[in-house]
Amino acid sequence: MAKHGLRVIAIAYLFFLLVLPVGLIIWRTFGDGLGPFTEALTSASAVHAFQVTLTVALWAVAANTVFGIGTAILLVRHSFPGKRLLNALIDLPMAVSPVVVGLALILVYGKFAPVGGLLESWGVQVIFSTPGMVLATVFVALPLVVRAVVPVLEELGDEQEQAAHTLGASPLQTFLRITLPGIRWALAYGVVLCLARSLGEYGAVAVVSGRLVDQTQTLTLFVEERFQNFDQPAAFAAATALALIAVITLLLTKLLRPKG
Amino acid sequence: MTTDVAVRPAPPPGAPGGGARPRSRWSVPGGTALGVGSAVLYLSLIVLIPLAVVAWRSVDQGPGYFWRAVTTPDAWAALTLTVGASFLVALINLVMGTIIAWVLVRDRFPGKAVVDTLIDLPFALPTIVAGLVLLALYGPESPLGLNLAYSRAGVVLALLFVTLPFVVRTVQPVLLELDKEMEQAAASLGASPFQTFRRIILPNLVPAMLSGTALAFTRSIAEFGSTVLISGNLPFKTQVAAVNIFSQIEGDNTTGAAAISTVLLVVALVALVSLDLLQRWGSRRG
Repeated sequence: MAKHGLRVIAIAYLFFLLVLPVGLIIWRTFGDGLGPFTEALTSASAVHAFQVTLTVALWAVAANTVFGIGTAILLVRHSFPGKRLLNALIDLPMAVSPVVVGLALILVYGKFAPVGGLLESWGVQVIFSTPGMVLATVFVALPLVVRAVVPVLEELGDEQEQAAHTLGASPLQTFLRITLPGIRWALAYGVVLCLARSLGEYGAVAVVSGRLVDQTQTLTLFVEERFQNFDQPAAFAAATALALIAVITLLLTKLLRPKG
Repeated sequence: MTTDVAVRPAPPPGAPGGGARPRSRWSVPGGTALGVGSAVLYLSLIVLIPLAVVAWRSVDQGPGYFWRAVTTPDAWAALTLTVGASFLVALINLVMGTIIAWVLVRDRFPGKAVVDTLIDLPFALPTIVAGLVLLALYGPESPLGLNLAYSRAGVVLALLFVTLPFVVRTVQPVLLELDKEMEQAAASLGASPFQTFRRIILPNLVPAMLSGTALAFTRSIAEFGSTVLISGNLPFKTQVAAVNIFSQIEGDNTTGAAAISTVLLVVALVALVSLDLLQRWGSRRG
């Protein structure tokens, strides 16, 4: 009996906090059929926001994937002074508010900051432009690939890598033939998480992008801007699109998660 | 077997070009140094230097300025609201997260796998969408007739949404590993279900429960996106610290914004260090 009580409490909590709100927005979006949904998402602004989001996310995922693989190998296979510190610092972005991320980047890469000013004089605008948005996205998604790969790399051990080496394989060959196949599912898991985080980032991007409509507006910024301008159908449609991406991510990670 | 231990961390990555090529072993000569250098450079340019500049900016006009920036009425109200709401949210998560984890591990009902998958939705959903979704159900046009928009209850609701998975996902694996024989032994010796829970199960779960709670607290302190829409951003009433920082940046008061950011960073670091201590305590007991 007590068991049923807990079940009811748990399910009711999840229903009212999670299922009902998300369900309602999907129902509102598709309540009048698919027409309004596709119409809202094919407007020029929405398409542009999609493009900006994809550009930023792909750069950020590429950067974090390279960094993630490299750092995971360093942390697991090599020893060097300061390793524990590096390991701890990698998780730091998780504890930083997205707004603080944005502020931090502005203070270094803004037009009136030393570094930003220098880059500006070379014709590279970082803040209120794509590079700044990529930096912000890299920041918030930084630990995801590393943390997905490290445990699998540890479990894999380095016997096969050593064997490949004694048989004359170059480090690159060893990596491509032995290490990479061994970590591929964990890597895919990390990349999916990283991509989802990158597509969905709002706070840090809101600060560094300047929220310029049709210029630096990502999909999440589009949702907010449309909602504030009383264009509920567009806001709901874009939110639903993002929610669908989230659900797909969820199912993918469920499939890829190392040892369910 | 690893090599090249003798190299200092963080040489600029350009260095190895003209630099020494030490004894060639089975890894690339200087490979570790080059790798560590690149990783540290990447981390520094994107994370460490910018955060250090925030901290520096918050105090470079003297501690008096820092203190005034943090204690302006609206900033102070935002900070106390954030910390207070985060404590409340952490507490609710502690209880509800444990109950949900319990139900997911020990209970059986149709659709359990779906529920289990849904738990991670708040991590996958963009925060602005989370806020919008909650506003649709608990806003002015609420079909339930429950309007929490522009209220502190709305802020708490948004924080509960985004922090839902933390306690569930830290407690669940511990509960799965828990040996049922101990509980059976306790029961056969005449312990009531409540006694078994309190004396046998709970002590095993406490470290995981607390670390999940600490994570939820840290996340709540930092949260921005989900609270933007539902809080309505009213200073003194519903404005949380992150939103206060945002409006100060928009108003070009970066020094004030940096001061509050530094407070948030310190609170988050304190929470994370306590979390680390908790985990050590937990692993010593386990």
